Amino acid sequence: MIRTLTFVVALAAAFSAHSQENGRNLASGCAICHGTQGNALPGAPVIPLAGLPREHIATQMRAFRDGSRPATVMHQIAKGYTDAQIDAMAAWFSSQKR
Amino acid sequence: MKRRDFLKLAGAVSVAGCATATPSKARVVVVGGGFGGATAAKYIRLWDPSIDVVLVERDASFVSCPISNLVLGGYSSMQEITRGYDGLRRHGVQLVRDEATAVDTSKKVVRLARGGDIAYERLIVSPGIDFTFGDVAGYEAAMQEGTVLHAWKAGPQTVALRRQLEEMRDGGVYILSVPLAPYRCPPGPYERASMVAAYFKQAKPRSKVLVLDANPDVTSKGGLFKRAWSDLYQGILEFRGNSRAVAVDGKSRTVKLELEDVKGDVLNVVPPHRAGEIAARSGLITTNDRWCDVDWRTMESKAVKGVHVLGDATLSAPGMPKSGSMANNHAKIAAAAIVELLNGRAPQPVKIINTCYSFVSEKEGIRVSSVHEWDAGQGTLVAVKGSGGVSAARSEAEGTFAWNWARTIWADSLA
Repeated sequence: MIRTLTFVVALAAAFSAHSQENGRNLASGCAICHGTQGNALPGAPVIPLAGLPREHIATQMRAFRDGSRPATVMHQIAKGYTDAQIDAMAAWFSSQKR
Repeated sequence: MKRRDFLKLAGAVSVAGCATATPSKARVVVVGGGFGGATAAKYIRLWDPSIDVVLVERDASFVSCPISNLVLGGYSSMQEITRGYDGLRRHGVQLVRDEATAVDTSKKVVRLARGGDIAYERLIVSPGIDFTFGDVAGYEAAMQEGTVLHAWKAGPQTVALRRQLEEMRDGGVYILSVPLAPYRCPPGPYERASMVAAYFKQAKPRSKVLVLDANPDVTSKGGLFKRAWSDLYQGILEFRGNSRAVAVDGKSRTVKLELEDVKGDVLNVVPPHRAGEIAARSGLITTNDRWCDVDWRTMESKAVKGVHVLGDATLSAPGMPKSGSMANNHAKIAAAAIVELLNGRAPQPVKIINTCYSFVSEKEGIRVSSVHEWDAGQGTLVAVKGSGGVSAARSEAEGTFAWNWARTIWADSLA
């Protein structure tokens, strides 16, 4: 029983590490406009993503994707990501320090 | 650290494996400090600080090709597009200012011009492009005389071309010759034509920009560029497709096409290119004697194990431009894969984004974007269906975002 539980905990930790890493890798593409680890340059005309609530990031990405939030570029980028990928990126950005 | 000490350290690590003060997991050597190499060096350190990273770069500072067309138009400066490498030192990247002259891929050693070898566990080669001058007869002689320029690597030729444009008489003709695709920065020539036309319109309005393109038509953002040209540069800018330069004569300022000769005052002929020289010397070129094919899950060379190739030097995946954005994103694929491999784990494919902005006037920009993902069936990166596209129209907003992109990618790659 304990062994099974340990296994389950280890598996969950491994899964969470994998999903953290997946979010990190996916989010790294955004850095060319939003800055390394979501830290935009001072005065930049884009949203600094680091530390924003994950729900907010995920909701906005979905709004870009379905066109309900107008954009110059983000509607075209957001269509490149699945719900799971959006959630992974949102979780990772929200855990970054400003 | 003094260079001699560094080489001592390099030797010690390659022999003993753990002779440094802080034991490191492994050493990655990066050749080339452009958008690809600099980003890879930084991100490996960010994602696993126990890996030693050595960046070999021959130049003292980074000069950005993106925005260099604005320098030609008089809307930016060399100072603005030049960035130092100190930011990478703060991430613990060891910088070696030298030129890699060869790679012994069996001994896993990079040879340097000023002497000394550096051993690596994994090597990243991000060499950019070199020109195949021989494809345009008379090119090298004319370039030596200064009567033809490419300015397709930002630096002294950018300065020289701007000077020639300033010195040109009002009523003169600036010729921009574009090679067959694939070449570095697909929209770059058309942005350059726009910037020079904007300058002529302001400063010498009787002058002309003549684009002689080897390709049948504008290769990127065609609709947006042509709309800008007819709205803004009517009578100044002329585009001719299917016009491949086969020779230049500097003395008579002539570009020779297959069927006719065209005379101009300032000759800006961009020769065809191939992967940078060190890629050829390292056996990394796989395709058409020009480009390096890679596994897009890791950026590892298909020719040489343990060596990863980034940026313009790669045989581009379908729908993927040779751009700074792509090189920066290639670096993240490679960094993620190398960190996994050096930690004994399997690399996961990484989804990447391209965004290329171009200026069509001093303030207005246009853009093309795409998202690329691994397709196991096709064995390459493909554009995600339904994603990506171009600007709705040229605008000052896109110009503002273009400047943000430039400053941010410089920082993401170098700071």
